[in-house]
Amino acid sequence: MPYLGSEDVVKELKKALCNPHVQADRLRYRNVIQRVIRMSKLDQWGQAEVLNFLLRYQPRSEEELFDILNLLDSFLKSSSPSVVMGAAKLFLILAEKFPHVQTDVLMQVKGPLLAACSSESRELCFAALCHVRQILHSLPGHFSSHYKKFFCSYSEPHYIKLQKVEVLCELVNDENVQQVLEELRGYCTDVSADFAQAAIFAIGGIARTYTDQCVQILTELLELRQEHITTVVVQTFRDLVWLCPQCTEAVCQALPGCEENIQDSEGKQALIWLLGVHGERIPSAPYVLEDFVENVKAEAFPAVKMELLTALLRLFLSRPAECQDTLGRLLHYCVEEEKDMAVRDRGLFYYRLLLAGVDGVKRILCSPKSDPSLGLLEDQAERPVNSWASDFNTLVPVYGKARWATISKCQGPERRGLELPNTASFAASGPLIPEEDKERVQESSGSGVLMLVPNLQLTAECFEKAWLSLQVAHQQALPWQGAVHPDTLQMALQVVHIQTIAVSRAGAQPWKAYLSAQDDAGCLFLMELLWEPGNSAVQISVKQSEPRPEALSSFMSVLETVIGTIGDIKL
Amino acid sequence: MISQFFILSSKGDPLIYKDFRGDSGGRDVAELFYRKLMGLPGEESPVVMVTKRGHHDDRHFIHIRHSGLYLVATTSENISPFSLLELLSRLATLLGDYCGSLGEGTISRNVALVYELLDEVLDYGYVQTTSTEMLRNFIQTEAVVSKPFSLFDLSSVGLFGAETQQSKVAPSSAASRPVLSSRSDPSQKNEVFLDVVERLSVLIASNGSLLKVDVQGEIRLKSFLPSGSEMRIGLTEEFCVGKSELRGYGPGIRVDEVSFHSSVQLDEFESHRILRLQPPQGELTVMRYQLSDDLPSPLPFRLFPSVQWDRGSGRLQVYLKLRCDLPPKSQALNIRLHLPLPRGVVSLSQELSSPEQKAELCDGALRWDLPRVQGGSQLSGLFQMEVPGLPGPPGQGQSTSAPPLGLGPASLSFELPRHTCSGLQVRFLRLAFRHCSNANPHKWVRHLSHSDAYVIRI
Repeated sequence: MPYLGSEDVVKELKKALCNPHVQADRLRYRNVIQRVIRMSKLDQWGQAEVLNFLLRYQPRSEEELFDILNLLDSFLKSSSPSVVMGAAKLFLILAEKFPHVQTDVLMQVKGPLLAACSSESRELCFAALCHVRQILHSLPGHFSSHYKKFFCSYSEPHYIKLQKVEVLCELVNDENVQQVLEELRGYCTDVSADFAQAAIFAIGGIARTYTDQCVQILTELLELRQEHITTVVVQTFRDLVWLCPQCTEAVCQALPGCEENIQDSEGKQALIWLLGVHGERIPSAPYVLEDFVENVKAEAFPAVKMELLTALLRLFLSRPAECQDTLGRLLHYCVEEEKDMAVRDRGLFYYRLLLAGVDGVKRILCSPKSDPSLGLLEDQAERPVNSWASDFNTLVPVYGKARWATISKCQGPERRGLELPNTASFAASGPLIPEEDKERVQESSGSGVLMLVPNLQLTAECFEKAWLSLQVAHQQALPWQGAVHPDTLQMALQVVHIQTIAVSRAGAQPWKAYLSAQDDAGCLFLMELLWEPGNSAVQISVKQSEPRPEALSSFMSVLETVIGTIGDIKL
Repeated sequence: MISQFFILSSKGDPLIYKDFRGDSGGRDVAELFYRKLMGLPGEESPVVMVTKRGHHDDRHFIHIRHSGLYLVATTSENISPFSLLELLSRLATLLGDYCGSLGEGTISRNVALVYELLDEVLDYGYVQTTSTEMLRNFIQTEAVVSKPFSLFDLSSVGLFGAETQQSKVAPSSAASRPVLSSRSDPSQKNEVFLDVVERLSVLIASNGSLLKVDVQGEIRLKSFLPSGSEMRIGLTEEFCVGKSELRGYGPGIRVDEVSFHSSVQLDEFESHRILRLQPPQGELTVMRYQLSDDLPSPLPFRLFPSVQWDRGSGRLQVYLKLRCDLPPKSQALNIRLHLPLPRGVVSLSQELSSPEQKAELCDGALRWDLPRVQGGSQLSGLFQMEVPGLPGPPGQGQSTSAPPLGLGPASLSFELPRHTCSGLQVRFLRLAFRHCSNANPHKWVRHLSHSDAYVIRI
């Protein structure tokens, strides 16, 4: 038991904690809680402990809730970061149903968090940075005006610099992008290779939104001709071209000459992939690949050889005259001399594929060269505050969500139990419907009244899975004035119970949005809005988990109304 | 709630080990921690680390580094990192207060005292109290202080009988003595040390415009007075908090945010800018404040670089002019300029403006040391380097003034004694000393600014 004060106070607390009779009697329990909250003369450890203890209490009414919040308001202004964070967590959890209160709390925490971020204690600074990142996941603009606080200084340890670069990458917006990029560019030539590479990857991350400026910076970095920089820049280019096809031209112009400065496996793979997929735009591509084929015997990494096979075959399809001889030599080497079985098999596979005819090869190898929608689904911008409120002020943000998952996965079954509701909710929201419900579905669909389920929580992964597995049921163009602010769109759609899965940032080209909804019969509607700049109409594609034309037509009328309303707001 | 607490020396030797709950492992934990710390991959942070033993037993290590020591706590719960880090740094302050100063030597000389303190502070892994006042009643062991003979001590003797200025200034080690030593040595003076310390972080663009100024200030108090004695600290009257407040006639001394220690009484703060408190013995941060983007005084340093780069021969010439804009009576100490250079720099020739300066190449960067710079003065250095194998983009002129990539930004580190960048001063420090048994207590007030990150892009 931590020390909380003199004897009688502790007695009171113990009673509340241990005695089921007190807990069963709501009124008495409430009184105890009120007394605990009003306990004066607590030191910071006692305050933190009380806040922690209050997390277990569920206020009965709204009035009581706000009473508690008012009483504890002074804790948010404490000079001790642990008390402030403890209070913030309690507020976030208690005000679960009041998003504006949560936003207000996060505004109040901003000052103490920023102060902790520039604190003299490196460790405190690190913990604060991790929490800043956590908040940024839900409120991307929250720290944007304070971006300068996250500039790295020369003397800071490595792990703080890496966190700061991540934060910078996440808070970038139209106003500060210029300054942030300039700062990041300075880091790219840092003495520490790890840090320089992290900075380059960060620029690559920003490039998804501010493509032109970032590609220019990355191209300039290639002029340094240093191995550790060139290899990361090329890898960044590869990822970027896949997500933002509009930068392909610039990337293709920057690539020639890079091959001299790349020695590691990852960098080589990225370069070869780029040369293979976009080879028809790079005049020297076949000759660069030929050099790689010349040296294939000395190549140490099997993965590079595999990549080389695929790339050369792809390039062969678009520029057969220049590649035929090289491809022949490579296949010969792979089949006759290569000792790595995977590479040999791949060589044989391509050889047999070529025997089957060029048309077949084209059909199999010429897949799309980019997929802009992947980026949208990947960064699933805004996560609700409630999804991480219970992790706030714990070790989870400090480890990072992914690492924490691996840490707690190896724990006993009681933790696994916690994950179960998650999958259960997926099943409920997904298109799976129990057998006995099927008939009811059929009945209700006959009535022709469409009722959309409120608060549908479909995760981006589930959406992606469902989207890829379904056929387009309906396509239509609706008049559209231009890019709307994402918040406006989201609000309008929320009114009719349509969930927004992902939206492009305002001004992105082409602008896209992915939405989903579910009616009371369990039928899932997935839709994509696509708007090309200069077009006066938005293209809508709808997919349906069950083919039911009546539901679809009434759904379309709902959607039309909403889109029309948004158009009016814009005008 | 923590399971174990231990202190390691900078080389990983366990100095202190205490198990509070007996729920996990033995003494080898300390060794395990050090091995994990040393073997950590670059991208992971050492602040929290996890180790596994079997299925249900995860143990998290959380540590801070303080004056070369590792203070580590382990826990098996998912607890608040802020509380734990704060507890560790509070422990560091406490140990410093009781042992005089925190360091490998003092800890190993005072093992009994440290264990006694830990017993009182934590019970079964829960914090009981960390207040110096409360703990005083329970702590019996006295600190062992060693005073190693040092040549530097001779300076205070007064060579040849001459009265040097030393007696007016407290020696730098004066504040590092244990708070409880009064029992053994009644002749110890009653002393109060009050420091106003500011950390300055600045970013200046290559065209000389100011991109960022950030001042983090604290008022730190170390008191050896008997507890319960009240003191009043008067701050500059023009001190304003927030953007809108106006005081006095001048531009005022403005800070953005202020937070006070919980023992500070603020009833006179609004009217007269006086802080009233009854400090416990030992160290205490009375006030913290931040100021950004709006500095009342000019920046202490300006750097005017000019770069000549001859691509053909690989010659790089950097001319640096450093101007100190402090008032003429102040000075800056221990100035060090750090300028990262392009890869592969081989040789350096230098022309410096005064003989006490030093410049050298280390870790691919130029380091220019200046022991002191008087306010208002200007210093310069001309550096010539060979950079072979840094080919520029073709089609450009051979000699340009555009700096090669990889040069800069320059960063400066320095100390400014008797100077605060925000302009905040302590007007007075008054002690209401009722039961005055000893002579008048000594009061030392010190103002100091130092650089946190002072970066100038080139």
